[in-house]
Amino acid sequence: MARHRTRGPVRPNYLAGLGSLVWLGVVGLPLYVLLITTLRTQSDYSTNGPLTFPKRLTLGNYADALSNGFGQDLVNTCTVTVSVVALVLLLVPPLAYTIVRSRRRSVRTVFRVFLLGLAVPAQAVIVPMFYLISKAGLYDDLTGVVLPTAAFSLPICTLILTGAMRDITPELYEAMAVDGASPWRVFWQLVLPLSKGGLSTIVVFASLQAWNGFLFPLVLTQSDSTKVITLGLYSFQTEHGVDAPGLLSAVVLSMLPVLGVYLFARRALVQGLMGVGGK
Amino acid sequence: MTRSPAPGPAGLTRPGLLWALPATAFFAAFALVPLALVAVLSFTTWNGVGAPRAAGLTNWTALLHDPVMLKSLWLSALLTLLGVLLQTPISLLLGVWAAGHQRNRAILSAIYFVPLLLSATAVSVLWRALLDPNFGLPAQAPWLFGDGNLLGSRDGAIGVLAFVGAWQWTPLHTLIYQGSARAVPPVLYQAAAIDGAGRARQFWHVTLPQLRTTMVTSTVLMVVGGLTTFDTVLILTQGGPGTETTISAYYMYQQGFKNFDFGGASAIALVLVLVATVVSLAMVRLSGYDAMRAGAEGI
Repeated sequence: MARHRTRGPVRPNYLAGLGSLVWLGVVGLPLYVLLITTLRTQSDYSTNGPLTFPKRLTLGNYADALSNGFGQDLVNTCTVTVSVVALVLLLVPPLAYTIVRSRRRSVRTVFRVFLLGLAVPAQAVIVPMFYLISKAGLYDDLTGVVLPTAAFSLPICTLILTGAMRDITPELYEAMAVDGASPWRVFWQLVLPLSKGGLSTIVVFASLQAWNGFLFPLVLTQSDSTKVITLGLYSFQTEHGVDAPGLLSAVVLSMLPVLGVYLFARRALVQGLMGVGGK
Repeated sequence: MTRSPAPGPAGLTRPGLLWALPATAFFAAFALVPLALVAVLSFTTWNGVGAPRAAGLTNWTALLHDPVMLKSLWLSALLTLLGVLLQTPISLLLGVWAAGHQRNRAILSAIYFVPLLLSATAVSVLWRALLDPNFGLPAQAPWLFGDGNLLGSRDGAIGVLAFVGAWQWTPLHTLIYQGSARAVPPVLYQAAAIDGAGRARQFWHVTLPQLRTTMVTSTVLMVVGGLTTFDTVLILTQGGPGTETTISAYYMYQQGFKNFDFGGASAIALVLVLVATVVSLAMVRLSGYDAMRAGAEGI
């Protein structure tokens, strides 16, 4: 995809280049400080400040963070993420398939309700959620975090997957009908294999939602044993805010898995982030 | 599984309602019921333990006479507006520039993208450490930060919140603009070049008009994200100094989970729902469903 390919060589755009370098500073400097701070000792940080290059690099902060409970937080976050993704994968594909293929009025209404659900911010329901989850005896239990987190990923995931499934041509359905295939077989042998792109997008989206979720864990859990990584960062910051190297090590740990996905499945991650169906 | 009553040509069967039932029931239980409950709870008094008690219009009259509530709505609007004004020009220019195809642009784009990999919580924690007046950047660059205590003043705190939001979300909007800028047909640029238009005029007369829909999409996302900001306020300012950065979402959290006035918090939540729904519907009117596709940015 070439942009303004005029004849002859393209003049370098100095102004844009300069602007992009300024932004590189705005983005890059904090990231440099983030990384370098995690590799220096606490005393080195407080005497020499965040910008200087440390005398001695150490990985001790990471070891401390992992043994300080952040290890447990990461495990809890993984549990929540895997459960949310499993729920989303169980619920969304049949729904999207029905929305795309059914001709019933009621199904259209269901789809509209899900679309309206996009507009509801999670903040709006934390009070009743706290009430319901407490009543159900799920307060301070990871299940209580998984259920609302998954529910609030449903609308966008449904939208993404219906978009992907609409791209399947009607001829294919007709061909399967000629073979006398049941809806179940059509779903299993035609629809799912052909919407792989959309499926990977919703997996990434739901995992990011669950991995970075903060609000539901904040109001629905309280113990150390149910703490997720975002909550761990928050409570560490309120208790030992001065230990920047320790705190920022946990920040880096919390982004490592996402960084991994970014390096190995960039396209799926970008689409998941943008919530735009597998186009 | 139920068979649809009206098979189409060649015995074409369609999935029945049962297929949609599990997801619909789940969504109803964990999103729609709470939404209805928020309305009910806003007419009760509840301190979080025991049972909610009917309280008539008490919460609503209190809210109407609450100066902090009105201010919080205004602050939410102000922060959203600042976000749009700050992020749109930067992400538009960066996105169009990154749509070009030179090696260094690809590398820079990859670096620009990194803030998106951090959760809002992690970003807030990072900036809180960076802006620490005694150990952070202000201690090393006093010429840039004045007295260094940015979060201690009203304007400083609002500025920090807008900046941190922009720092985190600009990459997303850059990506969106980059995608659209790549889709502009090259023939338009060629035609403009033949007419003797320079780079600036090409940008103004070719690129910008072509990106109009993208701009709407991106603005919708910024508005939704702005209205649902919460983590940054909780971690960076706790609504302070005083109530100078108490935006509606944070005010609701504070009333409920700090002051144990869950009835009052529910009333604020209902106002939030109404505002968010009205804004979203207005945006959909403006832009169609496509813009709603990624509307979950701030959830």
